[in-house]
Order: sequence, then structure tokens, then C-alpha cells
Amino acid sequence: MESTVLLAHGGGGSLMGELIRQVFTSRFGDPLLLAADDAADLGPVGGRLAFTTDAFVVHPIFFPGGDIGKLSVCGTVNDLAAQGAVPLFLSVAFVLEEGLPMADLERVARSIAEAASAAGVRIVAGDTKVVPRGKADRLFITTSGVGRIADGVSVSGSGVKPGDAILINGTVGDHGTAVMLARDSLGISVDVESDCAPLAALGRAVHHIGPALHAMRDPTRGGVAAAVNELASQSAVAIELEEEAVPVHPQVKVACELLGLDPLYVANEGKMLLAVSPEAADDALAALKRHPLGSNAAIIGRALDGPPGRVSVRTPLGTTRRLDLPPGEQLPRIC
Amino acid sequence: MRLIDEFRDAALIAGLRARLAGSSIPPARLMEVCGTHTMAIAHYGIRSLLPPQVKLVSGPGCPVCVTHQRDIDAFISLADLPNIVLTTFGDMLRVPGSNGSLEARRAQGADVRVVYSPMDAVRIAQAEPHRQVVFLGIGFETTAPTVAASLLEAWALGLRNFTVLSAHKLIPPALRMLATAPDLRIDGFILPGHVSAITGLEPYRFLVDECRKPCVVTGFEPLDLAQGISMLLAHLGDGEPALDIQYSRVVRPEGNAKAREVVDRVFEPTDAAWRGMGVLPDSGLAIRPRFAELDAAKRFAGQLQHVDAHEPPGCLCGCILKGAAEPSDCQLFGTRCTPASPVGPCMVSSEGTCAAHYRYLR
Repeated sequence: MESTVLLAHGGGGSLMGELIRQVFTSRFGDPLLLAADDAADLGPVGGRLAFTTDAFVVHPIFFPGGDIGKLSVCGTVNDLAAQGAVPLFLSVAFVLEEGLPMADLERVARSIAEAASAAGVRIVAGDTKVVPRGKADRLFITTSGVGRIADGVSVSGSGVKPGDAILINGTVGDHGTAVMLARDSLGISVDVESDCAPLAALGRAVHHIGPALHAMRDPTRGGVAAAVNELASQSAVAIELEEEAVPVHPQVKVACELLGLDPLYVANEGKMLLAVSPEAADDALAALKRHPLGSNAAIIGRALDGPPGRVSVRTPLGTTRRLDLPPGEQLPRIC
Repeated sequence: MRLIDEFRDAALIAGLRARLAGSSIPPARLMEVCGTHTMAIAHYGIRSLLPPQVKLVSGPGCPVCVTHQRDIDAFISLADLPNIVLTTFGDMLRVPGSNGSLEARRAQGADVRVVYSPMDAVRIAQAEPHRQVVFLGIGFETTAPTVAASLLEAWALGLRNFTVLSAHKLIPPALRMLATAPDLRIDGFILPGHVSAITGLEPYRFLVDECRKPCVVTGFEPLDLAQGISMLLAHLGDGEPALDIQYSRVVRPEGNAKAREVVDRVFEPTDAAWRGMGVLPDSGLAIRPRFAELDAAKRFAGQLQHVDAHEPPGCLCGCILKGAAEPSDCQLFGTRCTPASPVGPCMVSSEGTCAAHYRYLR
């Protein structure tokens, strides 16, 4: 096979067939994909389905703790998990830049296969396009996913109730910090890894609290601040976080101090926020902590009656400040 | 985290808070003149630690905010020239000129790049010798040394495609204006930590000797701020103005002579126009004639446009920068002017007073 991606690899001819066979289907290997039909026949699935899609343009494509491939699986799997769904099927579409080293594409494909297997999701559809050099930056990936919503679970961004405990499964800001530091321009060397991980199993670990599980959201772009603001507005409640209770990895704290960033605004790719009735909070926390991706889980705040949409942070000094929605893109191409 | 957590220690701050709540505290209007202080005060909710008779007022501490609309327009007009790479710190990107922002120009195809250091701009000029790389020099005494060093580097490399458009400002002339303005009634100054690390104490001496205002060079952590304010109130209480350093782990009385020497080699003081404060004598830095080839104001003299510079109607940034108005006094604040859709620079910059109030204090 060629050592770099050529325009012809997207041309629909024999080169494309070779690329798909050698790089993708050999690794993904699902019978529905191998059937090579125009659409996958999913058969009867049953239950309530959740469906979501996400595009990935992260730069650089490889970063400590992950790469664009792992990210593209985790992003969609985690969106399904946030809806209380168990992920079933995934589609993966690639836009490749002419000249992309084949070894890079193979590494990304391997990551996708590993992440899908870890998440227990089947890759059943795909597409590949190649654009001329300079018309894309290495590769972009779009994934879509279908999942089945667990019985007895009904979560929604508008489901947070006053009094709810707000939980998170671990340290905040790891992904954004790792990607930022992987861009060589900053000249800061701090040892931080992305938290990029599929949260399907972690999600399942709290399904047993059933109706006490009111809302879940994965705090990606805009970090915990954006996600909590969305929950507060959608649910018309106020949310108050305890700054000291929010877990932050010491190295992330150092990097954010140097860069003048607040970890609450920095992206995560392996974190889930949960809003849980107060009486189920300890149970949910214990369940999260039992899961390997939840060992640093914590109750970080609570929902209040109002004013609707208002999010604030209590500082260790006993003062309070507003935690606003970030106005725009602080860090372009973080996922 | 060592060297950070100690300065956020709740117990120590509670002690200072008790001291600040004492009945002997005189009424006072204290001004901070550093955007990082403005942000830190809002971020940590320092105002709520103070007794009601002590008011903190924000001054002209944000370099982007004090840049005159004429200069902003000139910066933006550079983006329209052919073959230009415009390099800038990120804060400038979204500042509205009379006619759009750099961000909008970039979206239309102008080559506008955010750099973290002026040295990055020099590297771009080296790597792209056929393009004219301009760095927008905005900042106070803290930024000027690195910009001066980048100019010296470009000079030593013989680069002929690197220039700086200098709109640097100096803090002491602005302090003179603020301390002597009868309507502002400032009782004391929380002096900037990092600017003072360069300047040392000498340039502030007139504030005590002539203007009789106590001044404390203060750090940026909550404990620094609480202690600096406590020191200022003590000076006000005993009626004896003094010039003190709270931030002694960083600032030495003599400042950083080496940094000042680099600035002095490249720049000379010049009268400069400040947003809201007019032209203040010797309050800006111009590139010395010897380095005229690296001066964008000279190289692009005929092409810099100063469109009909006008402040956005209704915008109170000019008054807010002097401490003559609070963001909440502005009828645009939080309605027509928000971080997502800013009208004035104080809402754009990460160190702007309006941005601080919008973000943390609404």
C-alpha cells in the first residue's frame, strides 16, 4: 500500500477498496461492516433509542492520553451515555487530507477499534473522502451513534430539581490542558494526560438509582462551567458549586495557573456530570467510586430553587462568584 | 500547590477579614490600576470581605482597554494591506474598531495570528521572509521589555520584514492624572505587582510626596490583596501616607534595571492618547529613530487609516477606566454589551473591568 494518502484513495476505485480493506475493515471487523452494503441492517433493536452525532477536528491529532480516533468514539459514546443509553452501533466518516501518512491513519484506525471494543459498541457503517492538500488539516472524523436507553432511566438536561446533588466522576480540565500543552507553541512542559475515555459502563453503574437520576451531561467544550450553565438554564434552577470540592489534578492546576485559565472552563472527554436526588447522592457517589473511571468522583455542588439559570461558585474564602457561560471559543479545535 | 495554596489560605484570610471589620476602619476609596488585580478581586469576591465604608474602584489597568480608538482603528486597517501577517496577543482580536474587529477581518481572509510572545512574531518573520510581519505592541511596563527584546533580536538578525506598531503605555503618568483629578476622590492606590517589578518604587514617589496618597504594591492572590488593602487602610488611619511593598516576594524597591535598560535602548517616552483620559504627557513609548526601519508607524505611515475614530455611542468605557463610573452605571452593560457581543473594550479584554463584573459579579 502507498505510504501516504492520495486523492485517488477517495475516488471510489480499487485504491479506495484497498484502503478500506487494509486500514479499516481489517481492524473494525464487524459483520455488518464486512457485508459492504449501502446501509447496515440493524434488525429489530427494541426499546427506546437514543441517536447522536459529533464531528472531531482536534489539533494535534495525537496527544498524551489519546488521539483523534479514540476521541471520536468516546465523544459519541459519552453523549449516548449522558442520555442514559447503552451504546450499540456507531458510524465513522473520515475526511482525509491528501498526503496524510498512512501510518498515522493506521494508528488512528487502531485507536478507534480499541475504543469501540472498550465501549462495547459495534462500528457498522463508514465513509471515506479525500480532499486536496491544504483543504483539510490531516484528518477530520465524524461519528454517529445509536444506543438503547436503559429501562427505568429517564434523564434530560431539563430534569434537574432544586435540592439535587451535582456529582462528577473525577478531575476536571485534563483533556483541554493536555491538548493545549501538546501544541508546541506554549513552551510549557507539564505532565498532563487527556482523560479521554468511554463512559458507557460508568453510566450503567448509576442506572440502578432509576428515577433519582435526573440529568447527566458530559462537560466537553467549555468545561464544567458550560455544562452546568446549560443544565441550570434548561432546568430553570440555580446551581451552586463548591470550588474546593471540584477535583483538579495538581499538574492541571499548575498548567492552568501558568496559562491564566480556570480548570472549570477547560474541556473534558472522560467526565460525566450527574444531577441526583439528595437522598440518592451517597449511593450514586459510591457507585461511581467503585468504577475505575470514577475513583476520584465527588459531590461538587447542588441545585437551588433559583434564580433560574444562575450558576455560582463558593470559594474556600467563603465568598461567592458567578460562574458564567464562556462567551466563545477559548481554545479552538480542542475536540 | 506550593506557593499558591498558601496565598489562598482560608484561615489566614479570615484573620485579615476580622481585622478589616474593625470599627476603626476609615471610609476609603481605593483604586487598583492593574487588570489582573481587577480580575482577581472579582474572581475571589474580595469586595465582600471588606466593610461597607471601604470601596474598591477599578482604574486603567487593562492595556487593550486604554488603547485609544484611533490606535485600534489603525491596527485594524493594517490587516487590509496586501502581504501582511498581523500578529497580536489574543485580547486584541475581538476589540471593536470603528469599523469591525480583527476577528472579523480574519474571517474575511486577512492573515491575523495570535502569538503568546513577540518573539513568536520574529520567528514568523524569519520563516516567511517575503511577507511583512507586524506585531501590535500593546501593554504596560511589563510587556514593553519583551517587545524591546524582540525588536533587538530582529535588528540583530537583519530582518527587514518585521515591524512593531507601538501603543505601549506607562502607568505613572496615568496615576498622576487620577490622583490629581478632583472629581475622582481616590484615597489610596493598590499599585500593580508586575509593572512595579520592572519600575521599582521611584516612579510612584510623587503620589506620596506631592499627592499625599498612600500606595501599596500588591500581589494577586487573595491573601496578597487582603493584606495590601489592610496596609493601605492602616496608612489612611494613621494619616501618614507611605509607599509600601506587600508583594515583596516578587518586587524589589529598585525594580528591574536590566529590563528598563532594554526598553530604554529601543523606546523613548512620547505623549500618548488614552481612551477616556485624553493625551497624557510622556505616557507612551515610541520606537527610537535609530530603529525606524522596524517601526510600523513609519513603514506604513501613508497607509495607516485613522477612520473617523469614534467611541461607540452610549459606551461608558472612558469613565469606567478612570473609576468615574461602575459597569452597572452603563446602560449598555449586560444588555447590548456582553462578552459575546461587546460594544466597548472593557467588555472584551480578559482584564477589562466590565468583563470582570459581567463574569463574576452579576
